[in-house]
Amino acid sequence: MAAALLGGILIGTASGLVFLLLGRIAGITGILTGAWPAPRRWWTWRAAFLAGLVLAGAVGAHLAPDRVTGSTASLPLALVAGLLVGFGARYGGGCTSGHGVCGVGRLSRRSIVGCATFMVVAMIVVFVARHAAGAS
Amino acid sequence: MKAIAIGFAAGVLFGTGLVVARMTDPRVVLAFLDVAGAWNPSLLFVMGGAAGTFGLFYAVTMRRRAPLVGPSLRLPSERPLDARLFLGTAIFGVGWGLAGLCPGPALTSMVTGSTATLAFVAAMIAGVALAGRTSAVQADTRRTVSQSDSAR
Repeated sequence: MAAALLGGILIGTASGLVFLLLGRIAGITGILTGAWPAPRRWWTWRAAFLAGLVLAGAVGAHLAPDRVTGSTASLPLALVAGLLVGFGARYGGGCTSGHGVCGVGRLSRRSIVGCATFMVVAMIVVFVARHAAGAS
Repeated sequence: MKAIAIGFAAGVLFGTGLVVARMTDPRVVLAFLDVAGAWNPSLLFVMGGAAGTFGLFYAVTMRRRAPLVGPSLRLPSERPLDARLFLGTAIFGVGWGLAGLCPGPALTSMVTGSTATLAFVAAMIAGVALAGRTSAVQADTRRTVSQSDSAR
């Protein structure tokens, strides 16, 4: 659990620095949207952020391949899940970082409710997939 | 130039945090979501640590009333809870529960070359673009773009 907490502090520091230095909320979906497909005028730092994210993953996969595993889902499942995650994140105004880290961190009521909603729904989905569906 | 360097460094730090916290392994995320199975609470520590740390930066920044490098502070408007929030986050939750991936970890683990991860990212970008075509998001984007980032 120490690694989880340390990782969380690194994530919070990264988002915190973007807010302190650039004055923007560093939710991944917001950054992705602002870089592409709906580029804002100030898209360059967002693209650089995404490049840094991918680079960290590349280094991580090299140093600790057991930590950066990628998904082992079937192709149709991955496509459906990706589509829902992308659509839902933008439509609902944020993802695990925008609502979960930045929104909850600044005690936004909207984000706390949004974060609780996607957690409960995801837990129900996993329950149905792993327990209810298998049991029937 | 400064903003690009800051963005890049923050991206590296964010991605490193995800790797350290094992959020780039969907099995860990799914084990957190599986409350009826062998529950793994680590995601709570990740989110708690991240939200708490961000909260400190947020408090300091709000006291200064201006960012150190960027042109202005920009915060999402605190709108009342509406159907869009519940619908969007619920749809997000279904996808998250199906694959155990959310946008940050998906982008960070793209380099594993796992076909499923690449497919997830491609579909996710399509989903983001699709949501941008809904009238609700379009109205929002018009409002934000007219006032946002104009200093650059």
